Amino acid sequence: MKRFKKPMDKVEVRNLTKSYVERRMKARDPGSCNYHEKCEVLKGIDFRVKAGSFTCFLGPSGCGKSTLLQIIAGFEKADRGKVLIDGKEVTGSSSRHIFVFQEDGLLPWLTARQNVALGSRHITDPEKRSSEEEDYIEMVGLQGFEDHYPHELSGGMRRRAEVARALITNPDILYMDEPFGALDFVTRLQMREEMLNVHSMFDSTILFITHDIDEALQLGDQIIVMSERPSRVKADIHLDAPHPRDLSSGHLAELRKEVYFLMGLHAAL
Amino acid sequence: MAIRRTDSITSFVIIISVWEITVRLFHVSPFKFPGPGEVGVALWELAASGALLDHVIASLYRVTWGYYLSVLTAIPFGMFLGTWYSARRIFNPLIQFLRPISPLAWIPVALIWFGIGDRPAIFLIFLSSFFPMVVFTMSGVQGVRRTYLRVADNFGLTGLERSIKVILPAAMPEIVVGLRITLGTAWLVIVAAEMIAVKSGLGYLIVDGRNALRMDRVIAGMIVIGLIGLCLDWLIRKLETLPYVIWSKRRK
Ligand SMILES: Nc1ncnc2c1ncn2[C@@H]1O[C@H](COP(=O)(O)OP(=O)(O)OP(=O)(O)O)[C@@H](O)[C@H]1O
Ligand SMILES: [Mg+2]
Repeated sequence: MKRFKKPMDKVEVRNLTKSYVERRMKARDPGSCNYHEKCEVLKGIDFRVKAGSFTCFLGPSGCGKSTLLQIIAGFEKADRGKVLIDGKEVTGSSSRHIFVFQEDGLLPWLTARQNVALGSRHITDPEKRSSEEEDYIEMVGLQGFEDHYPHELSGGMRRRAEVARALITNPDILYMDEPFGALDFVTRLQMREEMLNVHSMFDSTILFITHDIDEALQLGDQIIVMSERPSRVKADIHLDAPHPRDLSSGHLAELRKEVYFLMGLHAAL
Repeated sequence: MAIRRTDSITSFVIIISVWEITVRLFHVSPFKFPGPGEVGVALWELAASGALLDHVIASLYRVTWGYYLSVLTAIPFGMFLGTWYSARRIFNPLIQFLRPISPLAWIPVALIWFGIGDRPAIFLIFLSSFFPMVVFTMSGVQGVRRTYLRVADNFGLTGLERSIKVILPAAMPEIVVGLRITLGTAWLVIVAAEMIAVKSGLGYLIVDGRNALRMDRVIAGMIVIGLIGLCLDWLIRKLETLPYVIWSKRRK
C-alpha cells in the first residue's frame, strides 16, 4: 500500500521512564521517596509535538518536568523509552536545540554581549557576527547594557539576554524551563507577550515548562498536563484559538476550568 | 578605607611602644632582645649597604620560580583530576598522603637531589604549593555548576574551549583562594629553605645574624619578611577583583 508522506512530528516521546536514587536525607515534599531508595520520576511518558508548535508542560512541583525536558534535550539519559527528533533518536545535546534553564543559565563571568556571542559562533564572517549580535541585543531591549555582567542586570534583563543567546542560533527547537518563574508579575506578563512575538517571528518549535496555568493557556498550541510522581501524561490538550486569547469566556474559560481540575485545584477558581 | 589604614597603623604604633617600654623597664640585654631603636639602626645599616635589597631579591627570585612552577603545573593537573572521575580515584589517595608531609621534612631530600644553591630551595617552594594548589583546583572544578557545563555542551564548545572558557573561570574563585593561601605558604617555606642550603636571602640573613650574635639583625630580618608577606598578600588580593572572580562575590 502506498502512503502519502505526512509532515513528520518534530519531537516524539515514546514510553519514557526514569528513576533517580534519592540522595536527600530528609524528604521535602509529601510522597517523596526514602533516602537511598530508587525513586520513580517518569513512568511511561508518551506524546508528540508538531514542527513549529508551542507546547506547554504543566504539572505539580517535583513531578519531573525538568527531568523530562533535560532528557529530550539530551542532557540526561532515560532508563527506558525513546526520544525522536525529526525521526532520529536523541543521543546528546545539539547546538540546533537550545535550552533556556530554570536557574540562571548565563555564564556570570561573561558580559551580556559575550554571552550572546556563545550563540553566534556558527556565523563565520566577523562583521556579520557582530551586527547580528547587536540586532539580537536590541531585539530584547538590552542596548546600552551589552557590557554589563549578569550580576549587574535585573532578573528580567538576564532572562532576555538568555533568550537572545538562544534565538541568535536560529534554533530548530527552543526548550524553556520555567524561564519566567522568578520574575515579578508585570515583567512576567511582558515576557509572555514577547514570547508570542518570538514564536510568530521564528519558526522554532518551542517546548515550554510553566506552573502557571493561565500562562500555558495563553501561549500553548498544545498543553501537556503531567501527574504527580511517578509522572504520566494526564492530559494532552490541543488548542488553536488565535492570539491574544481571552480566558474569561467561551471555550477557553471551560478549558481553563478543566485544567484547574486536572491540577487538583477545586476551590481556587 | 581611610579608617582601616589608620587602624592598622595604630596597631603597629601600639606594638612598638609596648616593645620599647618592656625593653627599657626590664633592662633586657640587647643580645637577647634589642629595642625598636637598635633594630631600626640595624635595618638602616642593612638597607644602606645594599645587602638587604640583595637578600630580598634572592628570596623573591626563589619564591617566584617555585611558585610559578607549581601553579603552572598544579592548575592543569587539578583541572584534569577534577574533570575525570577515574583519574581522581587513582591520584587522590596519593595526593592526600603526600600533602600532610611538611615541606621541611623534604629538606634532606632536596639537598641530596639538588645539592647546594637555588634549586633545592625552589624545589621546596614548589612542593609546598603544589599539593594544596592541586586540591583547591580539583575541588573548584568539581564544584562547577552543572548548568554551566550544559551550556557549554549546548552551544557546541569543543573540549578545549569548554575547559578554558567555562570550567576554568567557573572554578576561578576557588583557585584564587588557593593561589593566595599557597603564596603565603611559599613565603613561609622560603625562609626555612634558605636557612640551610644557600648563602643569600632573608632566611640566610637571620641565620647569619644568629651566628654573629646580632639579634638586632635577626629581628630586622623578621620584620622585612613580615612586610613583604603583607605586600604579597595585598598584590594577590588584586586578583579577587578580576571579572573572572568577582561574579561569585556579587551574586548574592
Ligand atoms: N540529579 C538528581 N538526582 C536525584 N534526584 C533527582 C535529580 N534530579 C531530579 N531529581 C528528583 O526528581 C524529581 C523531579 O525533579 P524535577 O526537577 O524534574 O521536577 P520539576 O517538575 O521540574 O519540579 P519544579 O516544578 O519544582 O521545577 C524530584 O523529586 C527530584 O528530587
Ligand atoms: Mg523544574
